[in-house]
Amino acid sequence: MIGVTRNALRAGFALIEQAFDRLFGPTLNPLAQLGALGFFFFWIVAVSGIYLFIFFDTGIERAYQSVEYLTRDHWFHAGVMRSFHRYASDLMVVMVAVHLLREFAYDRYRGVRWYSWFTGLPIIWLLYASGITGYWLVWDKLAQYVALVSSELLDWLPIFGEPIARNFISTGTLTSRFFSLMVFMHVAVPLFLLFIMWVHILRISRPKVNPPRTLALLSLAALVAVSIWKPAISQGPAALAKVPAPVSLDWLFLPLYPLTDIWGNAAVWALLGAFSLMIATMPWLPPLRRAKPAEIDLAHCNGCARCVEDCPYEAIRMVGRTDGMPFPTQAQVNPSLCVSCGICVGACPSSTPFRRTQDLRTGIDLPELSLKELRERVVRIAAGLKGSGRVLVLACEHGAAAERLEGTVVLPCVAMAPPSLIDFVLSRNLADGVAVAGCAESACYNRLGVTWTEQRIAGERDPYLRARVPRERIATIWASAIATKRAESGIASFAARLAALPSKPLRSPLPASAASRPAKFREPAEVRGEP
Amino acid sequence: MSRPLRLVGQFAVIAALFAAAAWLSDHPTYRQIPEGSAVMMLTFVHGADRRGECRRLSPEEIAKLPPNMRRVQDCPRGRRPIYVELDIDGHNICRANLPPTGIAGDGPSRVYQRFVLPAKTYDVAVRMRDTARTAGFDHERRGRVELSPEQMFVIDYNAETGGFIFQ
Repeated sequence: MIGVTRNALRAGFALIEQAFDRLFGPTLNPLAQLGALGFFFFWIVAVSGIYLFIFFDTGIERAYQSVEYLTRDHWFHAGVMRSFHRYASDLMVVMVAVHLLREFAYDRYRGVRWYSWFTGLPIIWLLYASGITGYWLVWDKLAQYVALVSSELLDWLPIFGEPIARNFISTGTLTSRFFSLMVFMHVAVPLFLLFIMWVHILRISRPKVNPPRTLALLSLAALVAVSIWKPAISQGPAALAKVPAPVSLDWLFLPLYPLTDIWGNAAVWALLGAFSLMIATMPWLPPLRRAKPAEIDLAHCNGCARCVEDCPYEAIRMVGRTDGMPFPTQAQVNPSLCVSCGICVGACPSSTPFRRTQDLRTGIDLPELSLKELRERVVRIAAGLKGSGRVLVLACEHGAAAERLEGTVVLPCVAMAPPSLIDFVLSRNLADGVAVAGCAESACYNRLGVTWTEQRIAGERDPYLRARVPRERIATIWASAIATKRAESGIASFAARLAALPSKPLRSPLPASAASRPAKFREPAEVRGEP
Repeated sequence: MSRPLRLVGQFAVIAALFAAAAWLSDHPTYRQIPEGSAVMMLTFVHGADRRGECRRLSPEEIAKLPPNMRRVQDCPRGRRPIYVELDIDGHNICRANLPPTGIAGDGPSRVYQRFVLPAKTYDVAVRMRDTARTAGFDHERRGRVELSPEQMFVIDYNAETGGFIFQ
């Protein structure tokens, strides 16, 4: 059931992201920046809130009047700020909701990722608490409705001696001190929210907390446009002797409030409790089968820290050397944080398939798919390639080419393949070209796999793909799991391009003895353990 | 597509999404009670009599108590439940036994009940029993009440001001 829902959602997201990728490009795609946009809107809410506080008066009568004054008399700055404050809060709710759905759809909430998922739950509660306390401050009809329903909900809990809702049903019971308390709440809760947002990203390396500048500017411009087109306004002063019967609800913040009339407070609490319990336990329903974490081989680790730099999960750190080798540090894997994506293997300078050692070893390796095993697979699968334009596909298991059978080596992440593996394939003439087929650029399952691969191939990130490797014989195909046709056509057109290229000089041929063997035995000498 | 054109397209999509969020921030309108109706609220917080009679302590019993805890009477801590009834136009619409609050049952009883009624004139009668008696009522108020649309009519109780309050 969960799997079916997840797959349906994933297909939906992949379709929308594909369209967004076309318009925005992978870097600016808002769906790939949901977390960063959430932070961005938080800061807009914070700054606009500070600005509004200059004008706000915490008196029982003056609260509404001061908000009206800033909305009407100073609409061009304070009024716009009020709209910023309201709409950025609403957009933060949208970002959080879509972010949650997307992480669920791409199965990025189980295993070691439980922490970020789990800490997202208090963010939802605090975000709603921040918004709801804000609506009270305006003290218009909506505020009266929110105050009444919120306090009735709280009164259902057996924690208050006297029903607090009684304060909002007749005049004379409410004092200005109430607004001072609400202002305090409306400042304290968002501050705590910010703290939990920081906790939320603690276990992620290079978290995206700022959207790309162009996207931020576009969002800001759109907020200005919407604020002028539809300014946030009040709904008439609160009148406790009257029921705020027709009320324009903020359906993003208050969708459950009408349910208190229909189902009752107990049912709404039950719904909230069930939702929270479901979110909190989802990472273990069922738990993710975890591959064995990466392991360090100290004999091949010189403490260069490239694996630490590239790990997207902060799962590796440098510690003091323990084996007496003349290096100050060595890498150490935290198994509870490692997702076994193999990006560290691709980053290790020792990960070179050219090594002519009996047993190919590297500084950091995956026990369930070692570099040696990877090289053997590459050689074995490349041996089956026939005709002109032979393409060896290095495919991410979460991308469009993962289900491909012919000429494809599937990896946990394409960034597991060290650049030297591409060099190895081409210089040994195992294939005419190498296609690196990963997830959609804006939705890399392992966050940074696509970026690191592109940068390594472009020679911008260590370990670099050597300059001698002909770039026209390399193709990168970034496509989500549903975009198989696009991936296939990309590989086919790449094969056609390769077929039209002049034959490449063989820099490092296989030994003649190997070449004369039948294809299934045609392996590089080092794979067979020959010197 | 040229860069300026692409930027315009990006802006249009983002602005449309933001506009949708802004629209949802106050649409559609929600009506919590039907048009032409009002709300009658029966709510009060009131402590009933204690469960048992207070007993005057003898001088010997007082002398046995620590000096800082000496008192003249020994009263049971718990309170009685309150029984309340509300009639509208002669029909009983609420009848409740309200237990005292607090872990030890020594807090006041409380009621917070809301009734949505068509806006018109009603004969309202509210009665309450907060003593040891088993029949009859200790407090009662009757009145003719005219409810206007969307009015919040509150029936409260305040022992200090003499009983039930209609407001």
